[in-house]
Amino acid sequence: MSAATVTDTTGSPAGEDRDIFLLIDEHDHPEGASTMLGFWIYLMSDCLIFAMLFATYGVLGTSYAGGPGPKQLFELPLVALNTSMLLLSSITYGFAMLAMTDGKQRATQAWLAVTGLFGLAFLCIEMYEFTGLIREGHGPWSSAFLSSFFTLVGTHGLHVTFGLVWLVTLMVQVQWKGLIPANRRRLMCLSLFWHFLDVIWIGVFTFVYLMGMLR
Amino acid sequence: MATNMTPSPLDVSPIFGRFTLESLPLHEPIVVGTFCVVAMGGLALLATLTYFKLWAYLWKEWFTSVDHKKIGVMYVILGIVMLLRGFSDAIMMRAQQVMAFHGSEGYLNPHHYDQIFTAHGVIMIFFVAMPLVTGLMNYVVPLQIGARDVSFPFLNNFSFWMTAGGAIIVMMSLFVGEFAQTGWLAMPPLSGISYSPGVGVDYYIWSLQIAGVGTLLSGVNLICTIVKMRAPGMTMMKMPIFCWTSLCTNILIVAAFPVLTAVLALLSLDRYAGTAFFTNTLGGNPMMYVNLIWIWGHPEVYILILPAFGVFSEVVSTFSGKRLFGYTSMVYATAVITLLAYVVWLHHFFTMGSGASVNSFFGITTMVISIPTGAKIFNWLFTMYRGRVRFELPMMWAIAFMFTFTIGGMTGVLLAVPPADFVLHNSLFLVAHFHNVIIGGVVFGMFAGINYWFPKAFGFKLDPFWGKVSFWTWVSGFYFAFMPLYVLGLMGVTRRLRTFDDPSLQIWFEIAAFGAFLIAIGIAALLMQIYVSIRDRNTARLRDTTGDPWNGRTLEWATSSPPPDYNFAFTPVVHDGEAWADMKQRGFVRPTEGFKPIHMPRNTGAGLIIAGFSVGFGVGMIWYVWWLAAICFVGMLGAAIGHTFNYKRDYHIPVDEVIETEGRRTRQLAAGAVA
Amino acid sequence: MSAHIDTHGAHDEESHGSRKGYLIGFGLAVVLTVIPFWLVMTLPLSTQATALLIMAFAAVQMVVHMIYFLHMNRRAEGGWSIMALLFTLVIVGIALSGSLWVMYHMNSNMMPTQQVQDQG
Repeated sequence: MSAATVTDTTGSPAGEDRDIFLLIDEHDHPEGASTMLGFWIYLMSDCLIFAMLFATYGVLGTSYAGGPGPKQLFELPLVALNTSMLLLSSITYGFAMLAMTDGKQRATQAWLAVTGLFGLAFLCIEMYEFTGLIREGHGPWSSAFLSSFFTLVGTHGLHVTFGLVWLVTLMVQVQWKGLIPANRRRLMCLSLFWHFLDVIWIGVFTFVYLMGMLR
Repeated sequence: MATNMTPSPLDVSPIFGRFTLESLPLHEPIVVGTFCVVAMGGLALLATLTYFKLWAYLWKEWFTSVDHKKIGVMYVILGIVMLLRGFSDAIMMRAQQVMAFHGSEGYLNPHHYDQIFTAHGVIMIFFVAMPLVTGLMNYVVPLQIGARDVSFPFLNNFSFWMTAGGAIIVMMSLFVGEFAQTGWLAMPPLSGISYSPGVGVDYYIWSLQIAGVGTLLSGVNLICTIVKMRAPGMTMMKMPIFCWTSLCTNILIVAAFPVLTAVLALLSLDRYAGTAFFTNTLGGNPMMYVNLIWIWGHPEVYILILPAFGVFSEVVSTFSGKRLFGYTSMVYATAVITLLAYVVWLHHFFTMGSGASVNSFFGITTMVISIPTGAKIFNWLFTMYRGRVRFELPMMWAIAFMFTFTIGGMTGVLLAVPPADFVLHNSLFLVAHFHNVIIGGVVFGMFAGINYWFPKAFGFKLDPFWGKVSFWTWVSGFYFAFMPLYVLGLMGVTRRLRTFDDPSLQIWFEIAAFGAFLIAIGIAALLMQIYVSIRDRNTARLRDTTGDPWNGRTLEWATSSPPPDYNFAFTPVVHDGEAWADMKQRGFVRPTEGFKPIHMPRNTGAGLIIAGFSVGFGVGMIWYVWWLAAICFVGMLGAAIGHTFNYKRDYHIPVDEVIETEGRRTRQLAAGAVA
Repeated sequence: MSAHIDTHGAHDEESHGSRKGYLIGFGLAVVLTVIPFWLVMTLPLSTQATALLIMAFAAVQMVVHMIYFLHMNRRAEGGWSIMALLFTLVIVGIALSGSLWVMYHMNSNMMPTQQVQDQG
């Protein structure tokens, strides 16, 4: 049989000490060694959900059904304010991570709280914008443009909401257990999530709001 | 804001939503009969479990288990159970079509028939093929890469229960309410609220959304497992080919299922919140749904077939007693298919009118995919060439696959030509084509895999006699059932028809029905095979004491059959692409001392609880029982958050237990050597 | 044995960036946000130039966020993170541009011209 000639690239004498085939001196796998990669891959899949919503907005975003378009509906100063809230929450989350690296639990908690407040402000402004539109009769059921607008921006908002719930949970856990490795890992995951939402928002304010005003 | 916008003609009760006693299909004798059979079977099962006091065992050892092997087995069982349901739908369709000639209406009314063909497609893809594929990957991948479990054992358990939850919702639709009557992709505007006001499409949406979460998470999990948990020395290019195809499949899952999630979410917004994405009015565009769902749909095809390709690679190499021919080309072919899977979606709707430039682009990309696929076929053939081929069951399935899949591939290339597609689109030719590749590829692959790895999972082989009965009836049944559909398709018969006017077509449907009958025997023989094998499990004919019944080449065969909870007492160090063949050849001696405690993940019921709440949430949404949906949503969130407060997720298997387990294996091997 | 036995033992702490890094990133992000808003609110350029410019700014800002906030680099997770990102970008590119291309053609072929003008 030709398969019998396995080339021995390792150059070890064949067929004796078990050590070449076994890891004898093994220590425990550090818990959660795959977590960051796994969470990153999850974020990539989330990114595709947003890509589809962007595609939908791209295709349906001009179907006004005789109703108003972006120019009549969007208020750029409000969007700019909202963007600054999110941007500020990003840098404060960064400071929380730096405090965490230094092992300063109180500072971490404080920066997390600030981040949460900025996130909450962002959500409130978005709710204000949405309720305003709906009150004026331009709800998501008015035209395909508004459907895709509300869904894209709303999905981002939903993510921020989820991020806030998570943030509060983590603050409780940090208070309870301190900055143990498991909690650090979780804070790092949330950091990825939070900054990722920021990246999505860049797409939203550029393609939806700014480009909308140019039409 | 949501409900009052929906033009629902039904009265929605605050307690029962839109559920009334009329939702129970008591007027459909077939359904009532089925219900009686299922209910009696279910009660008998529950009674048996209770009588033998198996509940605690099941809960502790299986339902809450985070062991990838047990989860893999549960996936396969789910797939086989759902295969019975999906096949019942198939044979009902065949019976209907063979009867409905000469003015006969057949025995199924349109409402029922349309549900059947929809359910058949949905179940076969999402709840048969996907669980079987995921199950095999779950079982085999960690063993093949020399790992003790997957990267995220809890998520693995949760993923399984979400998939099972989706299956439960589909099954529920059979007896409570109705299923979608829209075809398996629920294309709007037909699936919109104005044309499908009932619960059918909602059943469809929520079962897929819930199962989709499971599929996505298990995809993330397996990617991480393959990337991060390979045994030392196993570089990417020393991975068994099944791991490569699994990796690519899971990449496809992670990059395709979000698309399905998004598009179904948009459809649900149309149905629940009155948005205008895919409506005929207010600027909506139903063609966008078709476009989006096929961006998921085409990769989905490769999600199913790639693991089957991996199985065939392992099987052909093992049973030819040879190294796989062209390993590197196999890897690149898999990677190329993975990428190309994303640039062909439009060939599913050539006829929708994108025009010549778009159609020719997608026609060409589609044809290009046949090149890496063809390369694979040649690799398998060259692996067999001058090998000492053993015609065991897995190998038989592999050979049947090579014949059958080639035919399916060729008709696929034919359909990839846009002008030809204009003639054949939506015809039975198309139906024959995709059954040809899915049965000939995926189903045969799964049977090859099940027959191949069954002794690993349970410690005894599957009975070859009944396996051969199943093999021959399945394969011949397939040809009888689907070759006539090619003919009918070429004659212009479209799919999903309930009655026929032209009596000359009947003979072809009779042949096809005969084929379905043969396949029914094949499925019965499969069940018989499993039964006989369990009955005779301790005979020398079936019992595997070596852990390596097929003279395998990859690491899973280095363990005992079934493998211990921890898979490997010592993590193997890999020096060659076929690690176990290399170890055997270089005289590897199994260690019998020096064991250490082993670090393992702890079982948890959280996955099952969260999935249970998800099912409740889905049911609440389907029936507009808002309080139920709200409670279950809160429950879901609470259980998930609660689970994160559990920091004790691992434990050590004490060294005494390892010594005892390994000692048992030593004695078993010694006894086997004497016998 | 030269086998790669270091696949797990060496689980180095991820880089969390530095205060300087975050501040640079924030500064760049502010600039890259303010300019497009200013361009659109005051319209000093033609519509088309503005559109191209703000898209370019968005792309650059996304890269800035990736580097300074998400700490993307070629080494993280042995290069798997960046590979996952690049693969996702390719798929997003295919799906987005493909959808727009396909749907544009369908709209122009299948919709009555009247309606297309109304909607556009």
